[in-house]
Amino acid sequence: MNLTLKIWRQKDSSSKGQMVDYKVTDISEHMSFLEMIDVLNESLVSKGEEPVAFDHDCREGICGMCSMYINGEAHGPDRGVTTCQLHMRMFNDGDTITIEPFRAAAFPVIKDLVVDRSAFDRIQHAGGYISVNTSGNTQDANATPISKHAADTAMDAATCIGCGACVATCKNSSAMLFVGAKVSQYALLPQGQVEAADRVKNMVAQMDLEGFGNCTNTGACEVECPKGISLDNIARMNRELMKASI
Amino acid sequence: MALNSKVPQGPLKDKWTDYKNKINLVNPANKRHIDVIVVGTGLAGGSASATLAELGYNVKAFAYQDSPRRAHSIAAQGGINAAKNYQGDGDSTYRLFYDTVKGGDYRSREANVYRLAEVSANIIDQCVAQGVPFARDYGGLLDNRSFGGVLVSRTFYAKGQTGQQLLLGAYSAMNRQIARGKIEMFNRHEMLDVVIVDGKARGIIARNLVTGEIERHSAHAVVVASGGYGNVYFLSTNAMGSNVTAAWKIHKKGAYFANPCYTQIHPTCIPRSGDYQSKLTLMSESLRNDGRIWVPKNLEDVKLIREGKKKPTELSEDERDYYLERRYPAFGNLVPRDVASRAAKERCDAGYGVNATGEAVYLDFAASFVRYGTEQAKIKGLTNPSENEILELGREIVKAKYGNLFQMYEKIVDENPYETPMMIYPAVHYTMGGVWVDYNLMTTVPGLYCIGEANFSDHGANRLGASALMQGLADGYFVLPYTIGDYLADDIRTGKISTDTPEFDEAEKAVKDSIDFFINNKGKHSVDYYHKKLGKIMWDKCGMSRNEEGLKEAIQEISDLRKDFWTNVSVPGGANEYNEELAKAGRVADFLELGELFAKDALVREESAGGHFREEYQTPEGEAKRLKEFQFVSAWEYKGEPKDAVLHKEPLVYENIEVKERSYK
Repeated sequence: MNLTLKIWRQKDSSSKGQMVDYKVTDISEHMSFLEMIDVLNESLVSKGEEPVAFDHDCREGICGMCSMYINGEAHGPDRGVTTCQLHMRMFNDGDTITIEPFRAAAFPVIKDLVVDRSAFDRIQHAGGYISVNTSGNTQDANATPISKHAADTAMDAATCIGCGACVATCKNSSAMLFVGAKVSQYALLPQGQVEAADRVKNMVAQMDLEGFGNCTNTGACEVECPKGISLDNIARMNRELMKASI
Repeated sequence: MALNSKVPQGPLKDKWTDYKNKINLVNPANKRHIDVIVVGTGLAGGSASATLAELGYNVKAFAYQDSPRRAHSIAAQGGINAAKNYQGDGDSTYRLFYDTVKGGDYRSREANVYRLAEVSANIIDQCVAQGVPFARDYGGLLDNRSFGGVLVSRTFYAKGQTGQQLLLGAYSAMNRQIARGKIEMFNRHEMLDVVIVDGKARGIIARNLVTGEIERHSAHAVVVASGGYGNVYFLSTNAMGSNVTAAWKIHKKGAYFANPCYTQIHPTCIPRSGDYQSKLTLMSESLRNDGRIWVPKNLEDVKLIREGKKKPTELSEDERDYYLERRYPAFGNLVPRDVASRAAKERCDAGYGVNATGEAVYLDFAASFVRYGTEQAKIKGLTNPSENEILELGREIVKAKYGNLFQMYEKIVDENPYETPMMIYPAVHYTMGGVWVDYNLMTTVPGLYCIGEANFSDHGANRLGASALMQGLADGYFVLPYTIGDYLADDIRTGKISTDTPEFDEAEKAVKDSIDFFINNKGKHSVDYYHKKLGKIMWDKCGMSRNEEGLKEAIQEISDLRKDFWTNVSVPGGANEYNEELAKAGRVADFLELGELFAKDALVREESAGGHFREEYQTPEGEAKRLKEFQFVSAWEYKGEPKDAVLHKEPLVYENIEVKERSYK
């Protein structure tokens, strides 16, 4: 298929950006979206032009590095996938596709489609861990039984890949799905109980400090989340915060 | 220099304990004055960074990704082995040790492997304490599954995302230390050289990938945990950015590189679809617990299937060849990866491949749907359930176990694997070879360590499934923190290492010169052009099977390609900015050297062992033929061009295990 791409180009964080039009031809429906961008970049490089910068690494939907905003949706039109797993069969010959970076005040653009998501790391530094040393001198792994339901629900929350689609897609640029997922994982497990109150307070405080917005329950984050992280996690985080604040 | 593995004396089971009792320690007050650089933040580098910082050292950690959480360990799917014997099925430290040495085709070092097995149980305890949500059964205890090449269930897992959960565990331990200021994290930084002062590793030169700035970082010791070099094939299951650069740069500064030809071709990956393809996707080995591998028995059926005139589900049991179950009745679909890959290649070479390219076999879950469904119907007390009800119940169970893998398959291939068998084919996945290290995980350069996939030490010529995660975390959490202390005990009076020295000047200049070359060389081909050409040579001539003629050709072709690269490569953009093409150019330059050494190593190793299959050396049944005279580690010393590399041999001695023909029949 042949496509027109409208891509955000921005030299660096201090430069002004703009949309630039490109044509790509002979795109196979079996290509992934990023492989289609590879084709564009190969042709740009062969003409001596600078390729479009974009974040990507594992290309199997787990590292959370890829981050494009495609036709107004984080990770594009398909559900339950990252951009690297989005396939061109989702598009039609002759389509015009708009590609922007994930936009949020807390995610400044580094170049073209590459944004700085280190705010997510800083939220994790504030409390996204259990304070246990890695000495190996812990109790036996089976000493504390954990109900299958609790373990499975914790796992569902823990599958967050930290891509930032929730933030990019939220009209408030809220990071509450991301933070809620981490708070929930630990809140559901006995190991997380000891520091539960401090954890939620510190992580939420850091989230606010980074300039993320609040949640107004529109639920767009859950729809666009490539890992299907549930809104329940935001509710659980709010409950935990309430509990910690009393 | 003679190789000294520094394996402690004494009985195998006491070596590690005795060693720990006798090494030098650094007191907590002195640790505050010692700096350690860790390159790479996957399971090995992440766990090492966190533990060293907890102990009190000042850690500087480097990752080329935008966060430590994105290292490619995250993509490991199936699980992590540990000799817990929770299932009571006869597992033990010795049995894990035995399986690993046998699985590696008797090409790994006994003492290292035993230590790995010994600390494996601790890893699970540690990860559970960190809040890693491993799968549990209804009683609340940890669940296990089986992996290839073993007869017990010792693999712990978190759905099909075990690597993700373990890495996030290590990342959380890092975060705790980053918050305390004990780890200084350098994201989007790439190590481009190591700096040696008075014969010891004392720092690195790194490039800030956002600004292009070249930085000097000093430390009392340097740990390289930069992963494997599977991307030398261009197409592999590795991440796009996975590279050999850190490992290769230290090789060029004196660290020997061991067994580069030992590469794991994983049997269950999604087959290639076209020339545009940028990477291959793994379907976890855990699927072989419940999936059966087959091709049609008759070539007529193959033809009809390829033409789309027949569906695989229309073939009766009699018309199918479950070739692994046929050839290896004892292990069946759970033979080790090298054996399963070669068997798939054998069937496809004979013309039985089931897709248009002729390079695919089926992985079929129909039998599991029925087995699980029948069990569920009983549990639920359904009387006379219909065939469809049983299938539906069975699918639910399979979905709970492998749902994310089935979804991934469907998204990529556009076929529903609950309805029709998956198609799979082997792909490059893991590299057992790597930087040579002694028992302390130190390279041949003092103060320079190498851990995780980047080193060569534990998997011999073939790694068993779910053992990579085990080794990465064992090295980082439980081994390196001891061994490095023994070395650093001599550095308590050294003081801060200056970066304002001729050694740093020289290393920085070499890095800058190479970057300037790429930027100013207005050549005619892109970096990917060369990477793809290299990958094709590697796959065709150093792939699943190798022979003398092909390897000789590969050496010449890679050497020619490298010359062409250094004349005609084109890198757009500038040096002092975000420039992905520039970063790729440096990585491909190193792959072009490694590739030739790889072929040379494969040529010299005139036997078949594990992932290294030389066509000249096989049994009448087509199995790998190992030779006693090659029972050694090949450690290569850098001397300029790869063709001039000098071979050093570390003999492998087996005192606690009988070296036998490796049979899974």
